[in-house]
Amino acid sequence: MMDTVILPLTGGVLIGLASAMVMIWNGRIAGISGIVEGVISPRFADDKPVDFMWKTWFLVGLIVMGGILLIVRPESFPTTMPRSTVAIAIAGLLVGFGTRLGSGCTSGHGVCGMSRFSTRSIVATLTFMATGGITVAMIRHLLGGSV
Amino acid sequence: MSTRINNKESTNKQAQYAVSFVAGLIFSLGLGISGMTLPEKVIGFLDVTGDWDGSLAFVMGGAVVVYAIAYRMVIKMERPRYAVKFHIPRRKDIDARLLVGAGLFGVGWGLGGFCPGPALVSLSAGFAGVWDIVIFVAFMMIGMWLFRIVDGILSKTP
Repeated sequence: MMDTVILPLTGGVLIGLASAMVMIWNGRIAGISGIVEGVISPRFADDKPVDFMWKTWFLVGLIVMGGILLIVRPESFPTTMPRSTVAIAIAGLLVGFGTRLGSGCTSGHGVCGMSRFSTRSIVATLTFMATGGITVAMIRHLLGGSV
Repeated sequence: MSTRINNKESTNKQAQYAVSFVAGLIFSLGLGISGMTLPEKVIGFLDVTGDWDGSLAFVMGGAVVVYAIAYRMVIKMERPRYAVKFHIPRRKDIDARLLVGAGLFGVGWGLGGFCPGPALVSLSAGFAGVWDIVIFVAFMMIGMWLFRIVDGILSKTP
Protein backbone atom coordinates (compact mmCIF):
# COMPACT_ATOMS: atom_id res chain seq x y z
CA MET A 1 0.00 0.00 0.00
CA MET A 2 2.77 2.43 1.00
CA ASP A 3 4.98 1.73 -2.02
CA THR A 4 2.19 1.07 -4.52
CA VAL A 5 -0.25 3.89 -3.71
CA ILE A 6 0.69 6.34 -0.94
CA LEU A 7 4.24 7.21 -1.98
CA PRO A 8 3.51 7.44 -5.73
CA LEU A 9 0.44 9.57 -5.02
CA THR A 10 2.27 11.84 -2.54
CA GLY A 11 5.14 12.17 -4.99
CA GLY A 12 2.72 13.08 -7.76
CA VAL A 13 1.03 15.72 -5.57
CA LEU A 14 4.46 17.26 -4.79
CA ILE A 15 5.32 17.31 -8.49
CA GLY A 16 1.98 19.00 -9.22
CA LEU A 17 2.53 21.59 -6.46
CA ALA A 18 6.06 22.39 -7.64
CA SER A 19 4.85 22.80 -11.23
CA ALA A 20 1.96 24.98 -10.03
CA MET A 21 4.37 27.25 -8.10
CA VAL A 22 6.38 27.83 -11.27
CA MET A 23 3.21 28.75 -13.19
CA ILE A 24 1.44 30.86 -10.53
CA TRP A 25 4.51 32.83 -9.44
CA ASN A 26 6.76 32.83 -12.51
CA GLY A 27 4.24 32.25 -15.30
CA ARG A 28 6.25 29.38 -16.76
CA ILE A 29 5.64 25.76 -17.70
CA ALA A 30 7.77 23.45 -15.55
CA GLY A 31 8.86 21.17 -18.38
CA ILE A 32 12.12 19.47 -17.50
CA SER A 33 13.39 18.81 -21.04
CA GLY A 34 12.83 22.45 -22.00
CA ILE A 35 14.49 23.59 -18.78
CA VAL A 36 17.58 21.44 -19.48
CA GLU A 37 17.81 22.63 -23.07
CA GLY A 38 17.46 26.25 -21.93
CA VAL A 39 20.44 25.81 -19.61
CA ILE A 40 22.83 23.78 -21.78
CA SER A 41 21.92 25.51 -25.04
CA PRO A 42 20.23 28.85 -24.27
CA ARG A 43 18.49 30.53 -27.19
CA PHE A 44 18.87 34.07 -25.87
CA ALA A 45 15.82 35.17 -27.78
CA ASP A 46 13.29 37.25 -25.86
CA ASP A 47 14.00 37.73 -22.18
CA LYS A 48 17.55 36.37 -22.24
CA PRO A 49 19.18 36.18 -18.80
CA VAL A 50 16.00 35.74 -16.75
CA ASP A 51 15.01 32.69 -18.78
CA PHE A 52 18.45 31.13 -18.43
CA MET A 53 18.66 31.92 -14.71
CA TRP A 54 15.28 30.57 -13.54
CA LYS A 55 15.93 27.37 -15.42
CA THR A 56 19.38 27.05 -13.89
CA TRP A 57 18.00 27.57 -10.37
CA PHE A 58 15.32 24.96 -10.97
CA LEU A 59 17.94 22.42 -12.08
CA VAL A 60 20.12 23.25 -9.08
CA GLY A 61 17.14 22.53 -6.81
CA LEU A 62 16.45 19.27 -8.62
CA ILE A 63 20.04 18.05 -8.31
CA VAL A 64 20.55 19.28 -4.72
CA MET A 65 17.45 17.42 -3.48
CA GLY A 66 18.73 14.37 -5.36
CA GLY A 67 21.89 14.57 -3.23
CA ILE A 68 19.88 14.96 -0.01
CA LEU A 69 17.72 11.96 -0.96
CA LEU A 70 20.81 9.87 -1.61
CA ILE A 71 21.82 10.48 2.01
CA VAL A 72 18.46 10.23 3.78
CA ARG A 73 16.67 7.76 1.48
CA PRO A 74 19.19 5.86 -0.67
CA GLU A 75 16.54 3.32 -1.71
CA SER A 76 15.13 6.06 -3.96
CA PHE A 77 17.86 5.23 -6.46
CA PRO A 78 18.99 2.20 -8.42
CA THR A 79 22.25 0.47 -7.50
CA THR A 80 22.51 -1.01 -10.99
CA MET A 81 20.83 -0.15 -14.26
CA PRO A 82 18.53 -2.72 -15.87
CA ARG A 83 20.19 -2.32 -19.28
CA SER A 84 23.69 -2.43 -20.75
CA THR A 85 25.77 0.74 -20.91
CA VAL A 86 25.40 0.90 -24.72
CA ALA A 87 21.60 0.64 -24.42
CA ILE A 88 21.60 3.36 -21.74
CA ALA A 89 23.64 5.69 -23.98
CA ILE A 90 21.26 5.12 -26.94
CA ALA A 91 18.29 5.67 -24.59
CA GLY A 92 19.80 8.98 -23.44
CA LEU A 93 20.28 10.14 -27.02
CA LEU A 94 16.69 9.25 -27.95
CA VAL A 95 15.27 10.93 -24.85
CA GLY A 96 17.29 14.12 -25.43
CA PHE A 97 16.58 14.35 -29.16
CA GLY A 98 12.97 13.16 -28.99
CA THR A 99 11.86 15.44 -26.16
CA ARG A 100 13.15 18.52 -27.94
CA LEU A 101 11.78 17.54 -31.36
CA GLY A 102 8.42 16.83 -29.70
CA SER A 103 8.58 19.98 -27.50
CA GLY A 104 8.26 18.21 -24.15
CA CYS A 105 8.52 15.18 -21.92
CA THR A 106 6.62 13.56 -19.06
CA SER A 107 6.46 16.83 -17.12
CA GLY A 108 5.74 19.43 -19.82
CA HIS A 109 3.32 17.34 -21.87
CA GLY A 110 2.31 14.67 -19.33
CA VAL A 111 1.64 16.88 -16.29
CA CYS A 112 1.37 20.55 -17.32
CA GLY A 113 -0.09 19.97 -20.80
CA MET A 114 -2.61 17.24 -19.99
CA SER A 115 -3.91 19.29 -17.03
CA ARG A 116 -4.68 22.14 -19.43
CA PHE A 117 -6.42 19.70 -21.79
CA SER A 118 -3.95 20.66 -24.51
CA THR A 119 -4.61 18.48 -27.57
CA ARG A 120 -0.93 18.47 -28.53
CA SER A 121 0.11 17.33 -25.06
CA ILE A 122 -2.52 14.61 -24.85
CA VAL A 123 -1.46 13.29 -28.27
CA ALA A 124 2.24 13.49 -27.30
CA THR A 125 1.65 11.71 -23.98
CA LEU A 126 -0.36 8.91 -25.59
CA THR A 127 2.37 8.58 -28.24
CA PHE A 128 5.32 8.28 -25.85
CA MET A 129 3.43 5.94 -23.55
CA ALA A 130 2.59 3.76 -26.55
CA THR A 131 6.12 3.66 -28.01
CA GLY A 132 7.52 3.13 -24.50
CA GLY A 133 5.19 0.18 -23.98
CA ILE A 134 6.00 -1.26 -27.42
CA THR A 135 9.74 -0.91 -26.74
CA VAL A 136 9.51 -2.74 -23.41
CA ALA A 137 7.32 -5.44 -24.97
CA MET A 138 9.75 -5.92 -27.87
CA ILE A 139 12.72 -6.18 -25.53
CA ARG A 140 10.81 -8.71 -23.40
CA HIS A 141 9.38 -10.89 -26.18
CA LEU A 142 11.88 -10.55 -29.03
CA LEU A 143 15.14 -10.01 -27.22
CA GLY A 144 14.52 -12.16 -24.16
CA GLY A 145 14.30 -9.24 -21.73
CA SER A 146 17.86 -7.98 -21.87
CA VAL A 147 19.58 -5.42 -24.07
CA MET B 1 -2.53 52.19 -5.73
CA SER B 2 -2.09 52.77 -9.42
CA THR B 3 -3.78 50.29 -11.70
CA ARG B 4 -1.14 50.80 -14.37
CA ILE B 5 1.71 48.45 -13.70
CA ASN B 6 5.17 49.23 -14.89
CA ASN B 7 6.48 46.00 -16.39
CA LYS B 8 10.02 46.47 -15.19
CA GLU B 9 8.98 47.15 -11.61
CA SER B 10 6.50 44.32 -11.51
CA THR B 11 9.10 41.74 -12.49
CA ASN B 12 10.94 40.45 -9.48
CA LYS B 13 13.86 38.40 -10.78
CA GLN B 14 15.26 37.40 -7.41
CA ALA B 15 11.86 36.13 -6.29
CA GLN B 16 11.52 34.16 -9.54
CA TYR B 17 14.87 32.47 -8.97
CA ALA B 18 13.97 31.64 -5.36
CA VAL B 19 10.63 30.15 -6.49
CA SER B 20 12.45 28.11 -9.16
CA PHE B 21 14.99 26.75 -6.69
CA VAL B 22 12.34 25.76 -4.12
CA ALA B 23 10.14 24.28 -6.86
CA GLY B 24 13.15 22.27 -8.09
CA LEU B 25 13.66 20.91 -4.57
CA ILE B 26 9.99 19.94 -4.17
CA PHE B 27 9.75 18.48 -7.69
CA SER B 28 12.85 16.39 -7.01
CA LEU B 29 11.52 15.15 -3.66
CA GLY B 30 8.28 14.15 -5.40
CA LEU B 31 10.11 12.20 -8.10
CA GLY B 32 12.43 10.57 -5.55
CA ILE B 33 9.72 9.21 -3.25
CA SER B 34 7.32 8.30 -6.06
CA GLY B 35 9.45 5.53 -7.57
CA MET B 36 10.06 7.39 -10.85
CA THR B 37 13.82 7.37 -10.16
CA LEU B 38 13.90 3.56 -10.26
CA PRO B 39 14.29 2.55 -13.95
CA GLU B 40 13.35 -1.04 -13.15
CA LYS B 41 9.99 0.18 -11.76
CA VAL B 42 9.40 2.51 -14.74
CA ILE B 43 10.06 -0.36 -17.14
CA GLY B 44 7.61 -2.43 -15.07
CA PHE B 45 5.03 0.32 -15.51
CA LEU B 46 5.50 0.28 -19.30
CA ASP B 47 5.50 -3.54 -19.38
CA VAL B 48 1.79 -3.93 -20.15
CA THR B 49 2.27 -7.26 -21.95
CA GLY B 50 4.30 -8.73 -19.11
CA ASP B 51 4.50 -8.25 -15.35
CA TRP B 52 2.68 -4.89 -15.19
CA ASP B 53 3.29 -2.60 -12.18
CA GLY B 54 0.63 0.11 -12.33
CA SER B 55 1.68 2.04 -9.21
CA LEU B 56 3.35 4.84 -11.18
CA ALA B 57 -0.02 5.79 -12.68
CA PHE B 58 -0.70 7.43 -9.30
CA VAL B 59 2.26 9.76 -9.85
CA MET B 60 0.92 11.30 -13.02
CA GLY B 61 -2.63 11.10 -11.64
CA GLY B 62 -1.74 13.04 -8.48
CA ALA B 63 0.31 15.63 -10.36
CA VAL B 64 -2.36 16.19 -13.02
CA VAL B 65 -5.16 16.69 -10.46
CA VAL B 66 -3.14 19.24 -8.43
CA TYR B 67 -1.97 21.11 -11.51
CA ALA B 68 -5.44 21.15 -13.07
CA ILE B 69 -6.83 22.78 -9.89
CA ALA B 70 -3.96 25.30 -9.86
CA TYR B 71 -4.54 26.06 -13.53
CA ARG B 72 -8.14 27.05 -12.80
CA MET B 73 -6.70 29.75 -10.55
CA VAL B 74 -4.19 30.76 -13.20
CA ILE B 75 -6.84 31.48 -15.84
CA LYS B 76 -8.49 33.91 -13.43
CA MET B 77 -5.22 35.72 -12.68
CA GLU B 78 -4.17 38.76 -14.67
CA ARG B 79 -0.49 37.92 -14.52
CA PRO B 80 1.90 35.78 -12.47
CA ARG B 81 2.99 37.05 -9.06
CA TYR B 82 6.62 37.76 -9.99
CA ALA B 83 6.61 38.04 -13.78
CA VAL B 84 5.06 40.17 -16.48
CA LYS B 85 2.92 37.52 -18.17
CA PHE B 86 2.04 33.84 -18.38
CA HIS B 87 3.99 31.89 -20.98
CA ILE B 88 1.48 29.25 -22.00
CA PRO B 89 1.78 27.30 -25.28
CA ARG B 90 -1.20 28.05 -27.53
CA ARG B 91 -0.45 25.78 -30.49
CA LYS B 92 -3.14 23.27 -31.40
CA ASP B 93 -1.77 21.66 -34.58
CA ILE B 94 -0.57 18.06 -34.50
CA ASP B 95 2.52 18.02 -36.71
CA ALA B 96 5.07 15.37 -37.66
CA ARG B 97 7.63 16.85 -35.26
CA LEU B 98 5.36 16.33 -32.27
CA LEU B 99 4.54 12.74 -33.23
CA VAL B 100 8.04 11.66 -34.24
CA GLY B 101 9.63 13.46 -31.27
CA ALA B 102 7.24 11.96 -28.71
CA GLY B 103 7.61 8.57 -30.41
CA LEU B 104 11.42 8.63 -30.20
CA PHE B 105 11.27 9.85 -26.60
CA GLY B 106 9.02 6.90 -25.70
CA VAL B 107 11.45 4.43 -27.27
CA GLY B 108 14.28 5.94 -25.20
CA TRP B 109 12.11 5.92 -22.07
CA GLY B 110 11.26 2.23 -22.51
CA LEU B 111 14.86 1.38 -23.35
CA GLY B 112 16.51 3.19 -20.44
CA GLY B 113 13.73 3.51 -17.87
CA PHE B 114 14.53 7.19 -17.36
CA CYS B 115 12.78 10.35 -18.50
CA PRO B 116 14.67 13.66 -18.10
CA GLY B 117 13.60 14.67 -14.56
CA PRO B 118 14.31 11.40 -12.75
CA ALA B 119 17.66 11.08 -14.53
CA LEU B 120 18.76 14.48 -13.21
CA VAL B 121 17.49 13.75 -9.69
CA SER B 122 19.53 10.53 -9.80
CA LEU B 123 22.76 12.29 -10.80
CA SER B 124 23.99 12.13 -7.19
CA ALA B 125 23.63 8.34 -7.20
CA GLY B 126 25.40 8.37 -10.56
CA PHE B 127 28.43 10.19 -9.24
CA ALA B 128 28.36 7.97 -6.14
CA GLY B 129 29.11 4.99 -8.37
CA VAL B 130 26.22 4.09 -10.70
CA TRP B 131 28.04 5.62 -13.68
CA ASP B 132 25.44 4.54 -16.22
CA ILE B 133 23.19 7.29 -14.80
CA VAL B 134 25.85 9.89 -15.62
CA ILE B 135 26.20 8.34 -19.09
CA PHE B 136 22.43 8.61 -19.61
CA VAL B 137 22.40 12.31 -18.65
CA ALA B 138 25.47 13.05 -20.81
CA PHE B 139 23.93 11.37 -23.86
CA MET B 140 20.59 13.07 -23.19
CA MET B 141 22.38 16.42 -23.43
CA ILE B 142 24.20 15.31 -26.60
CA GLY B 143 20.79 14.36 -28.02
CA MET B 144 19.51 17.88 -27.26
CA TRP B 145 22.51 19.48 -28.94
CA LEU B 146 22.08 17.15 -31.92
CA PHE B 147 18.47 18.29 -32.16
CA ARG B 148 19.58 21.93 -32.28
CA ILE B 149 21.96 21.15 -35.16
CA VAL B 150 19.30 19.21 -37.07
CA ASP B 151 16.73 21.91 -36.29
CA GLY B 152 19.11 24.57 -37.66
CA ILE B 153 19.53 22.62 -40.91
CA LEU B 154 15.78 21.91 -41.21
CA SER B 155 14.82 25.55 -40.73
CA LYS B 156 17.30 26.69 -43.41
CA THR B 157 15.92 24.38 -46.09
CA PRO B 158 12.83 25.97 -47.71
